[in-house]
Amino acid sequence: MSAFTDTATRSPETQLRRRPVRPAKLALHFALVVCAVLMALPFLWMMFSSFKPLDEIFRQPPALLPENWTTEGYQKAFEGADFVRGFWNSTYIAVTVTALSLLTSAMAAYAFARIDFRGSRTLFMVFLATMMVPGQLTIIPLYIIMGWLGWIDTPLSLIIPSSLFSAFGVFLMRQYIKGIPRELEEAAELDGASKFRIFTTMILPLLRTPLTALGIFTFLGQWNNFFGPLIFLNSDANFTLPLLVNQFKGQYGADWTALMSATTLVAAPLLIIFAVAQRQIVDGIALSGSKS
Amino acid sequence: MAIDTQVRPSARTAPSRPWRKVSRRRRKDTIAAVIFLSPQLFGLIVFMLGPLGFALYLAFSHWDGFGTATFAGLSNFTELFDNPRIQRSAINTVWFTVLQVPGVMVTAFLFALFMQKAGKMTSVYRLGFVAPVVTSSVAVATIWLYLFNPDISPVNTALKAIGLPAPNWLQDPSFIIPSFAIVGIWQGLGYQLVMFMAGLQSIGASYLEAAELDGCSAWQKLRHVTVPLLSPTILFLSITSIIGSFQVFDYIYVFMDTNAPDEARTIVYEIVQMAFREFNFGAASALAFLLFLVLLGVTGLQMAAQKRWVHYAE
Repeated sequence: MSAFTDTATRSPETQLRRRPVRPAKLALHFALVVCAVLMALPFLWMMFSSFKPLDEIFRQPPALLPENWTTEGYQKAFEGADFVRGFWNSTYIAVTVTALSLLTSAMAAYAFARIDFRGSRTLFMVFLATMMVPGQLTIIPLYIIMGWLGWIDTPLSLIIPSSLFSAFGVFLMRQYIKGIPRELEEAAELDGASKFRIFTTMILPLLRTPLTALGIFTFLGQWNNFFGPLIFLNSDANFTLPLLVNQFKGQYGADWTALMSATTLVAAPLLIIFAVAQRQIVDGIALSGSKS
Repeated sequence: MAIDTQVRPSARTAPSRPWRKVSRRRRKDTIAAVIFLSPQLFGLIVFMLGPLGFALYLAFSHWDGFGTATFAGLSNFTELFDNPRIQRSAINTVWFTVLQVPGVMVTAFLFALFMQKAGKMTSVYRLGFVAPVVTSSVAVATIWLYLFNPDISPVNTALKAIGLPAPNWLQDPSFIIPSFAIVGIWQGLGYQLVMFMAGLQSIGASYLEAAELDGCSAWQKLRHVTVPLLSPTILFLSITSIIGSFQVFDYIYVFMDTNAPDEARTIVYEIVQMAFREFNFGAASALAFLLFLVLLGVTGLQMAAQKRWVHYAE
């Protein structure tokens, strides 16, 4: 996964043939700049609109930059909904699920990759097969089960299932562990090391790269999740950020500065994380496909 | 794509050791395996297989969550087939998929080809493409709610400026599903771009140089070298993106809340409405099962057809 930054390695001949700047290359860069800016434009529009006074939103023709900058929208957003609470709820759920599910996935993957037990193959196939099951099929029974457990409208309804079951995580980690040479572990085993010792001191440290990738994915998935919280949570105090924005949209539908401020509040944390950790996130995306 | 499920033969047996020692070790291994597996195994049973069986039971029952469920036979399914609104949702869902999946794949592939030639600047351009991928679909839909509002949309202003008709995206019945597809393409593009670029990266330069020496044109190289070598990536992305777009829900719910017109409803939207507003758990489970079967069927077809066009290296 070394780099997207450099193109495929060139042989010396082609490198000699390369001329300094060609008009075709210039046109390519120009086109890519335009397209990348167009892709980012909805975000820029959101951000700048959040600083506009409401009457500038309705001005024709619309301008990207506000004429009179104001934080009115943000004041209304914070008055209209408890985004601090929402931020905490989202973070709490996403961080807990990520930590627990990485651990349980790596543990199960180790058993599948390294321990020879009866039914190992069949059980692994069952895990793989469940990846095909759409979430909408199990959410109705899960809702009923959560009702029996008394977990409706608590973060537990979101944390526990995702922490204890991740077929994709188990699959990804197993593929990785399979790729690690076995010799060291066998030597350690002959020296009397237990499976638990081998797992914690030898396997886990080697899984740093795939665990980071899976961790980013799990965190993004949980932080951005709308479907689960929509079904399981129903009081404002427990709402995650996506739910809060959706609810805020219902109340402040026509107040676009307030709505764009709220949307910016939800989108900004991840956009900042992405800008900082672009490399890891992109490598993680690529890795998730390459092992499948 | 290659899934290695072979158990290493050497690990299975150790014939030279005394039987009892092997069995003791094997038992110890099994205990260790159970301990390592127990959290995920518990999750598999309680949060996947249990609910799956429960959903199957519900699909053949009448139940609103209270009292006892009664056996419904196939009536939940016949009710669905007779319901014109469900038929319309199915058509909408397929229409969305037909627009979005090729839309994302073709643009992502083209951009990957161009980006590959952009050298050091790739990571800068990529920022713009991947940013929507990491953003929550609710935030994305809310932004587009603004961009689709004909009174204030800069998109409509731009369209009018160049003399094109500016539609009322979310009100005009024929534009609703294409509007969803635009949002889906915008948000899905970056993911596939990264996948295609990783795929292109792994194609050895030697293949393309050999084709060049043989006098292949740029188009021939693309058609006969790049596309066949990328075919595993193309297959993977087409399977996952079809599954994803058949399950489209978030955008519609953010755009329309609980009162989407028939022209905007998709299958998953119907499932949610039936289950959690009408508390018709039976029919909702039946519809979810049909969706599952369709997804299995479509994926099965793609896997069966792969022999004809997917090339694996080596």
